[in-house]
Amino acid sequence: MERRGRIVRIAGPVVEAEGVAGVRMYEVVRVGELGLIGEVIRVEGDRCTIQVYEETTGLRPGEPVVATGEPLSVELGPGLIGHIFDGVQRPLTRLQLIVGDFISRGVSIEALDRSRRWLFKPTVKVGDVVGEGDIIGVVQETPMVEHRVMAPIGVRGVVRRVEEGEFTVNDVVVSVETERGMVGLTMLQRWPVRKPRPYARKLPVEEPLITGQRVLDTLFPLALGGTAAIPGGFGTGKTIMQHQLAKWASADIVIYVGCGERGNEMAEVLEDFPKLTDPRTGRPLMERTVLIANVSNMPIAAREASIYTGVTIAEYFRDMGYNVALMADSTSRWAEALREISGRLGEIPGEEGYPPYLASRLAEFYERAGKVEALGRPVRTGSVSIIGAVSPPGGDFSEPVTVNTLRIVRVFWALDEELARRRHFPAVNWLRSYSLYRDELEAWFRRKLDPEWSNMIRECMYILQREEELKEIVQLVGPDALSDEQRSILEVARMIREDFLAQHAYHPVDTYSDLEKTRIILGIILDFYRFTSESVKKGVALHRILDLPIRGEIARLKIRPLEELRGIADSLRTDMERQFRELMKEV
Amino acid sequence: MSIALKRYRSISRISGPLLFVEAVRGVAYGELVRIETPSGEERRGQVLEVTDRFAVIQVFEGTEGLSLDKTAVKFTGETIKLPVSGDLLGRIFNGRGDPIDGGPQIVPEDYWDIHGMPINPSSREHPREFIQTGISAIDGLYTLVRGQKLPIFSGSGLPHNTLAAQIARQAKVLGKEEEAVVVLATMGITAEEARFFIEDFRSRGVMDHIVLFINLANDPAIERIITPRLALTCAEYLAFHEGYHVLTLLTDMTNYAEALREVSAARREVPGRRGYPGYLYTDLATIYERCGRIHGVKGSHTVFPILTMPHDDITHPVPDLTAYITEGQIILSRAMHRKGIYPPIDILPSLSRLMRTGIGEGRTRFDHREVADCCYYAYAEGVSLRELIAVIGEAGLTARDRLYLQFADEFEKRFVNQGVYEERSIEETLDLMWDVLSILPERELKRADPKTIEWAKQQGKYKYRSS
Ligand SMILES: Nc1ncnc2c1ncn2[C@@H]1O[C@H](COP(=O)(O)OP(=O)(O)O)[C@@H](O)[C@H]1O
Ligand SMILES: [Mg+2]
Repeated sequence: MERRGRIVRIAGPVVEAEGVAGVRMYEVVRVGELGLIGEVIRVEGDRCTIQVYEETTGLRPGEPVVATGEPLSVELGPGLIGHIFDGVQRPLTRLQLIVGDFISRGVSIEALDRSRRWLFKPTVKVGDVVGEGDIIGVVQETPMVEHRVMAPIGVRGVVRRVEEGEFTVNDVVVSVETERGMVGLTMLQRWPVRKPRPYARKLPVEEPLITGQRVLDTLFPLALGGTAAIPGGFGTGKTIMQHQLAKWASADIVIYVGCGERGNEMAEVLEDFPKLTDPRTGRPLMERTVLIANVSNMPIAAREASIYTGVTIAEYFRDMGYNVALMADSTSRWAEALREISGRLGEIPGEEGYPPYLASRLAEFYERAGKVEALGRPVRTGSVSIIGAVSPPGGDFSEPVTVNTLRIVRVFWALDEELARRRHFPAVNWLRSYSLYRDELEAWFRRKLDPEWSNMIRECMYILQREEELKEIVQLVGPDALSDEQRSILEVARMIREDFLAQHAYHPVDTYSDLEKTRIILGIILDFYRFTSESVKKGVALHRILDLPIRGEIARLKIRPLEELRGIADSLRTDMERQFRELMKEV
Repeated sequence: MSIALKRYRSISRISGPLLFVEAVRGVAYGELVRIETPSGEERRGQVLEVTDRFAVIQVFEGTEGLSLDKTAVKFTGETIKLPVSGDLLGRIFNGRGDPIDGGPQIVPEDYWDIHGMPINPSSREHPREFIQTGISAIDGLYTLVRGQKLPIFSGSGLPHNTLAAQIARQAKVLGKEEEAVVVLATMGITAEEARFFIEDFRSRGVMDHIVLFINLANDPAIERIITPRLALTCAEYLAFHEGYHVLTLLTDMTNYAEALREVSAARREVPGRRGYPGYLYTDLATIYERCGRIHGVKGSHTVFPILTMPHDDITHPVPDLTAYITEGQIILSRAMHRKGIYPPIDILPSLSRLMRTGIGEGRTRFDHREVADCCYYAYAEGVSLRELIAVIGEAGLTARDRLYLQFADEFEKRFVNQGVYEERSIEETLDLMWDVLSILPERELKRADPKTIEWAKQQGKYKYRSS
């Protein structure tokens, strides 16, 4: 029987209704004559409060509210990759075909294309016993992604029928006899977005997510399955960094959530990603990417939902055994949506008007990251890494969203206005930022990259720290007070900053730095440092060192492709040694 | 619609710009309301909240002179709409959209809701068509493209209007002779400032390509909430329906935000930073995001919001949130102004986020990015040295330091500084950058490819003379 009530109050995105029998928290309802999508966020006696995912202008008290019986859910199945959805998973490209270039209201459209046929190859046979999470078949969703179709949670039984061939997501491909009778499994599942998908067990992280960004991969690495935050004032490079990660991170699947930010930034991803190729597979990046776009002028309640939509899709691919990276730009806009809805509910505000549950909501979100062993067979591990941008008002990191985020995440990439102003990008402040994964990942770097890795990083950090101290002295008493040894530290630190840490997102080569390339450059700069210290100790004048031709060579290492670098690295070292030896001979 | 409008006299409370009307039926959220004042004049308002018992209305012309017993309210059943037609061109309206130029009412082709609808992100075409403003600092360092939203952050007494008018006057896309349309919305600026713009348009004989929506300092404050929306709706119509390339100037957005704050306070909402409502970001986004380009659509919509920063404070919520939404920001600096530099742009914190796609081979010139990066880097270096000598004096400076200091000075004087009626081509602008860079030896130009530097040398653009 239809459960129907009526609107009694409308205030922006929040609507109150009465008379919807048996309405539950987080149930999806259809609001008004237009049937706008809404979600119940408070139930009180006969009344319920609904956040509406579409613009509410024109709604009137008395219009109907109809319960759907379902919580807010996403559709999971082939047809996600390469597509762009809004915060409640409406497919924006198909929406455009139906309603045109402007988003109008009350349009119901399924997330996954029902007419598309996929080639389904079963991996189970009649008579097999299958349980929840078991892979029952595969679909080549894109040349880069094999979509592993899993038995939904709660299903257990014996396979009685198996199909192979081209099917839509609605067709039954495997039939299972369960305790409750025959169940037809399709390639489509639904999952409520606010509920984390289950897994067998959580695993410790041990492998880095390689980002191709030198400052991150060396000084502040993120683990596969880890969490990171990128706080920074406007223009400090949060979005570019998220784009860089979406492009180059060593993940199998990328979920990019544009949450309350610019429409043109989503357009840019849509235009660029099909043209850029993944350095590992050589395939267009779009073939591993899912976009969720709830840009700043789209309805605020859907913005609140968008990060859950994103993370649920991420967990789904994790369960297939993939390493998934989710970028959310910006979590501050999500928090603001929370604040606005809370304000309209008349809740008692906490700090800066944010609801008191801000911290717990943030924690719940980041808690959905992690490396896990998935449910079902074959045994497989997957991970979700979450990287959230944070946009503190006035660039002030002591505000509630930044503070509460930093309590949870384990990597802090602090973007710095001063660096951005000087166009030092990525503007990651090397003294303020940290990664709590350094120790856990050390073994991996030692084994896979360089046994000396930790020492190299330590040395690099030491030079940068010294620079800071020496700069303070200069600020007080002027550069004259420094010895040549101290000046040489400043010069090497400048090389580390400009020739190594700075990385141009739009330079065709520099945009992505392979880990090996990163190691080669750092190694050469540290060699330069050692030679410099040695020469200065022997009494070589610093300005002679600064005039060495090798410096120009080092400055251009980053714009050389890896193959070229491999070829010249050794001769460069020999050159450098020769140039220094000659200087030292003179004294 | 033909249904007779229901008239209510059941006003229970008047508070700031708000009216509370009891025992209403069938009122829609957001609908347009007509208010009859005790003296028989008509005002307009909008429903901000409605329940099955009462409605809250914000009155655009303010509530002064309204009384509980002698005021009547009619709900129109419509949201607020702008009558649109090609005839909007050349017209002047007040901040509520009534003609004030003595001309006839617009004969509409259609009525468009002034709140607009969000452009589907997948319909957007990423803006990339270079607009030459003829202003070196902007074209060279903060390149503007068609469909961008780029604000000017200013302070009282700084020449933001002069700069905005110069941009409106000189903006062109090279190789295209299309006529540009300018839509100007003023919120709470002085009559003198408004006259400045109108005189500038008149004297150039371009009034038939201008649409003006004028709300002045002595006009009703709450009206400022709809003024920019009327202008943007008009601009969207001209851009996306009529195919014009529209440049919309919105000034002063700080006054707009204050009107919003006033309504929020009257509703007793939990205030966010400095008393502005928590939804200020979202609200501003519904204004600024209305520009752009759409695949397969001829016209474009570029938006130039102008705002004054209270106490020159860029962390104030209005500039701060604006910069979080817009595609860069051009910041005017009192220090540069005092030095007599026009336009007094604060070089380092200003930014155009869409510059990258608008420059380079085939758009401006292949060396644009590199030469701009070099200038930027050198200027930043010079500025931090200035700060250093302010503390410790010039004694310890190296020869290299002195070059950078000289660069920063000349960059301001020769490159940034120009005349209000001076229009420089992009070629001139880029050449000028190389010319000023000639102060520095080649090895300092780390941000340029050696091949590019070689090219600039051969062309006689970069000519470092070691002394
Ligand atoms: N890695 C980078 N390389 C080059 N330019 C960058 C880089 N990161 C940021 N930028 C510059 O900074 C601007 C602002 O970056 P963006 O990511 O949009 O900032 P935010 O999202 O923090 O506001 C960009 O438009 C670009 O000009
Ligand atoms: Mg951003």
